[in-house]
Amino acid sequence: MFPTPIERRSLALQRLYKTALPFAMILWLLPLIAVALTSIRSAGDITAGNYWGWPTSFNLVQNYSDIFTNTPLGNYMWNSVRVTIPTVIGTLALSCMSGFALAVYKFKGNMLVFFMFVAGNFVPFQILMVPVRDLTLQMGIYNTITGLALFHIAFQTGFCTLFMRNFIRSLPVELIEAARVEGVKEWRIFWFIILPLMRPAIAALAVLIFTFIWNDYFWATVLTQGAESQPVTAGLYSLNGQWVAAWHLVSAGSIVAALPPVAIFFLLQKHFIAGLTLGAVK
Amino acid sequence: MSASRASRFNQRSLAPVLFLAPAILFFMFYVIFPIFQSMQISLYDWDGLGDKTFVGMDNYVELMDDEAFYTSLKNNVIWLVLYMLAIPAGLFIALFLNQTVFGMRLYKSLFFFPFVISQVVVGLVFTWFYDPSFGLLNVILGWFGLGPVTILGDETWVTYGIIFAGLWPQTAYCMILYITGLNAVDPEQIEAGRLDNAKGWNMLWYIILPQLKPATFIAIVVTVIGALRSFDLVSIMTAGGPWGSSRVLAYYMYEKAFSEYGFRMGYGAAIAVVLFLIMMIYITVFLVKMYRDEKGH
Repeated sequence: MFPTPIERRSLALQRLYKTALPFAMILWLLPLIAVALTSIRSAGDITAGNYWGWPTSFNLVQNYSDIFTNTPLGNYMWNSVRVTIPTVIGTLALSCMSGFALAVYKFKGNMLVFFMFVAGNFVPFQILMVPVRDLTLQMGIYNTITGLALFHIAFQTGFCTLFMRNFIRSLPVELIEAARVEGVKEWRIFWFIILPLMRPAIAALAVLIFTFIWNDYFWATVLTQGAESQPVTAGLYSLNGQWVAAWHLVSAGSIVAALPPVAIFFLLQKHFIAGLTLGAVK
Repeated sequence: MSASRASRFNQRSLAPVLFLAPAILFFMFYVIFPIFQSMQISLYDWDGLGDKTFVGMDNYVELMDDEAFYTSLKNNVIWLVLYMLAIPAGLFIALFLNQTVFGMRLYKSLFFFPFVISQVVVGLVFTWFYDPSFGLLNVILGWFGLGPVTILGDETWVTYGIIFAGLWPQTAYCMILYITGLNAVDPEQIEAGRLDNAKGWNMLWYIILPQLKPATFIAIVVTVIGALRSFDLVSIMTAGGPWGSSRVLAYYMYEKAFSEYGFRMGYGAAIAVVLFLIMMIYITVFLVKMYRDEKGH
């Protein structure tokens, strides 16, 4: 089949390919499909050990409303929103500026600063853990949304600066030169000329950072505890401990926690992939 | 005239400082300084609250004799090696999906699904999948008269079980990198290859793969870093168990510093420093390559 387009192959092979596709996909997503099915089973099915047989009843509405009414999952979700949105905005603001500075100005140490951001972004979290937790405690923002968001903003700025800088580098510099000849001030060049051109990069990073932060588990457990400030990843794990054997609820909770990034991905796929594959295609 | 030129010059040299200041300050405060602080803390005995006692290299000396440290290190090596499977697997799926039949866009996104969901959810999903009493894996094994197996409760299999779960999203990531790379493959070169009778394996090896080099490079970088960062899955699926056999450095560090095993910040920091040094090898390789590319412009 490869690299010949399938249309140029024999009819039998085309048929085979078209049947293989859905099978491969079901196999690939099997664990997830199983969870989705479990999330609509009744509690009776679970206690009777009917995990994989035909459900005796479909409890879609009941299970999904149960997790919101009988557990703090709604709280956890709301916390995730409150951490994720400011992080996305803060990171984008910082990295648009730093990326602009690194791409447009020639100054001593430019490369050094740039490499600091790149290297910092690959560092293992564990080497930051003890000092950052201590710092957060000392500033009195341990176990708060603010404490978690501030750290995320700082850390994600590393990756985003790399992305923004390379993106601005690919823009036509003549624009900037022309504006300078006209006597336009530097910050106006940034605001009125560069920023509008950065829209695709901003969209790509917004989607990506949203997903990263929404899915973060490590910092959520290090910097927060309890349902008042923990995001949904950490919350789901603690609920898993409390709902022993209530698999239908745990799976419904997992699906709900996974929905926002999945929805964003499906809506803004093009941008998401552009962000991920930075540097992968020349 | 000269005054305005001077002010223009000042503005130009001041501008980068102002644009960079917020990002640099934040990044220094939360990322760069903590790295050095950790190195410093690793020389102390500290419970995180009381006074620090300077112990020099004692924490590192203790590490040398710590069996759990070697278990974690060994597991990290297994992670590193097996995680690499995500790259050929991703390439394989990318080639499989590199067609234009009806609904292909949807298939591609569905294959990418595992990467978008949190590792916490992936961990929970695979924990059920492996469960010896009702897990889907054992149901399937049962059809063939095999099992039941307790993957996550078995010292020999547990790490492989977790890595397999981790390969699921990682393969999806590599697949996307390759799908994007394949879009940029030059059709003329393929035609030229055809004229030279290149087919199948030869075509892939000599014509396609060289063009996918940038994608492969990124795939290796993110996979290595993903393998060394592995924490979420270990924490969710086994909490390092059974009997610490599935620990990795990232998890062991957390356990030492923050769990009921005692708040040994200094010792935890020492483990983190070792992990950091291992990762520095890869970070340096990446930076050197970037530097060369920049110079090449």
